[in-house]
Amino acid sequence: MAILTIKNISKRYPSPDGGVVEVLRVSRFELEAGQEMALAGSSGSGKTTLLHIIAGILQSDGGEVQLDGTNVTALSEGQRDVLRANSLGYVYQTFNLLGGYSALENVMLGMAFGAGPDRGFAKLLLTRLGLENRMNHRPHQLSVGQQQRVALARALANRPKLVLADEPTGNLDPESAQEALGLIRSMCQETGAALLLVSHDPRILEQFEHVQDFDVLNRAGGLLK
Amino acid sequence: MNVPIGTMLRIALRSLRQHALSTTVTVASAALACGLVMAVFAVARQSTQAFQGGALGFDAVLGARGSSTQLVLNTVYHLETSPGNIPWLMYHEIAQDPRVDKAYPYVVGDNYRGFRIVGTEPELFEEYLVDGKSPFEFVGHGEIFDPNLRQAIVGSVVAQEAGLRRGSTFHPVHQLDGHGDHHHDEDYVVVGVLKATNAPVDRVIWVPMEGMWRMEGHYLRGMGEDYEAVPDEPIPDEHKEVSAVMLRLKQTSSGLALQNLYNREGKSATLAWPIAAEVQRLFQRLGWVNKVLTMVAYLVMIVAAGSLLASLYNTMNERRREFAILRSLGARRGTLLGIIVMESSLIATLGALVGFAVYYGILGAAAAVIRQETGVVMDLGAWHPALLWTPIGMVAVGAVAGCIPAIKAYSTDVARVLSESAA
Repeated sequence: MAILTIKNISKRYPSPDGGVVEVLRVSRFELEAGQEMALAGSSGSGKTTLLHIIAGILQSDGGEVQLDGTNVTALSEGQRDVLRANSLGYVYQTFNLLGGYSALENVMLGMAFGAGPDRGFAKLLLTRLGLENRMNHRPHQLSVGQQQRVALARALANRPKLVLADEPTGNLDPESAQEALGLIRSMCQETGAALLLVSHDPRILEQFEHVQDFDVLNRAGGLLK
Repeated sequence: MNVPIGTMLRIALRSLRQHALSTTVTVASAALACGLVMAVFAVARQSTQAFQGGALGFDAVLGARGSSTQLVLNTVYHLETSPGNIPWLMYHEIAQDPRVDKAYPYVVGDNYRGFRIVGTEPELFEEYLVDGKSPFEFVGHGEIFDPNLRQAIVGSVVAQEAGLRRGSTFHPVHQLDGHGDHHHDEDYVVVGVLKATNAPVDRVIWVPMEGMWRMEGHYLRGMGEDYEAVPDEPIPDEHKEVSAVMLRLKQTSSGLALQNLYNREGKSATLAWPIAAEVQRLFQRLGWVNKVLTMVAYLVMIVAAGSLLASLYNTMNERRREFAILRSLGARRGTLLGIIVMESSLIATLGALVGFAVYYGILGAAAAVIRQETGVVMDLGAWHPALLWTPIGMVAVGAVAGCIPAIKAYSTDVARVLSESAA
């Protein structure tokens, strides 16, 4: 059963010279529940825009995004916020942790807008990710790899059905990148979450059984007028 | 909003802690504004009440022709210079008037360490009711002065500040305000210290009237020409004079007839009646000072609101990423708006609470100055509606001031900010 189905979505932006640029046009895309897939594509090709539309952060100009049976594109902004909090985990290249909060608080904050605070589960996630002695450390007191693990714990905090990972290893050295990737995949498998990972790094992509070439998937026309 | 108020409150408090310096400065400015507004209203009302309350015990004052306000200030509050003297015979005449219950003469002109010396009759201490209810009481063993001896009774503030106690002696100084340098040779001995009354009389040194007349260098002009008392010889009544006569009337309403008699027909003296109305007139004349202070206080409040707005607004740019992250985690726009308004309201609430300390500080300082200068004691614990509506107003103003930065947080473009931070 598909956890994510995309049909005929597009996204256009006004260009600085007064024209219109189409950055995204995807006819059809599907991801099965619990499946893991990598989207391969060069920087600036519109992968992040696609993830933002799936997460309900951006509205597409047309088409349909079905997430676990809910048509995301038909929801109001507030409803999309609720859906994002409860059904999605998002891991960013720059981690996007809040500097004033400890590792544990960052994970708890992820829960605050979704399922509600569950300190035990937050600690369990951090322990599972090898951060049992770093829970009260703030992001600047953690290594880059540790920060990425906190971001992963936060993404999994609300037991999402789908995890979106946008270049999650882009800021890590090769060794840490492999370690982080292993953790993301294993944690998603453990929790049963589907994983849609975006990367341009061949060393990452080669580890996935299902890799979709984004440049093939995206039929956007670029500058339209 | 999709998040409990408690969580929003924690996020707001955390943010205030993260911006501790600007939070502290903004809280301080809100506290200053709140304290000032409360103090201006409370001091104005309390000083009016305290001064009007201090006038109780007498219905009217008879004194030299001139300003009735000056007369009241000089005799009831022991402030200002004396408008002049009236002949002893005039005192006698009004004391005999059937409409007058009691009449006490006052003679002024000297001081000791800035405390006014008032010559009067010993009956004042037996009959006069300080607050309209109870007579003077002495601290420990005290006695009323002998009208023929150089004895004195001192008020509680005089005893405390000039270090006078029963048995102490002192030399009066010519002039009312303590700036004179002519010391009289006469030695006065303190025979009693009065208990505190929280009224201007606490700052007075009472001596027999005869002593004032006979003080070396004092000239009596009851007949229009100078007369200096001769030792061991009685002073003829026609030479005697008094500075004022404090009156208690049998019926308060008879003051009008007496006022007509002295102020309009005779033109020889001034009768200030009713005393409370004189004080009220004085405060009305000083009303503009209060208005200016109120305007300044409101201005400070507006500046505090502006500083709150600016302080929060300035952090909005650096917090764009924080807002975008919260939104990406599922926080609604309304939640962010609520958090920022909560932050500004918290700052204003803290300011209002600290404002009470500022208020008591200002009130305490004002009360100390007023007591020092006039002997009038203000009640620091007295209730005033401003103590309720000012903090509420401050929090409301704070919440409104938070709306502009809150709208900025509300309109954060999540996708753009997150993309910028990834770039």
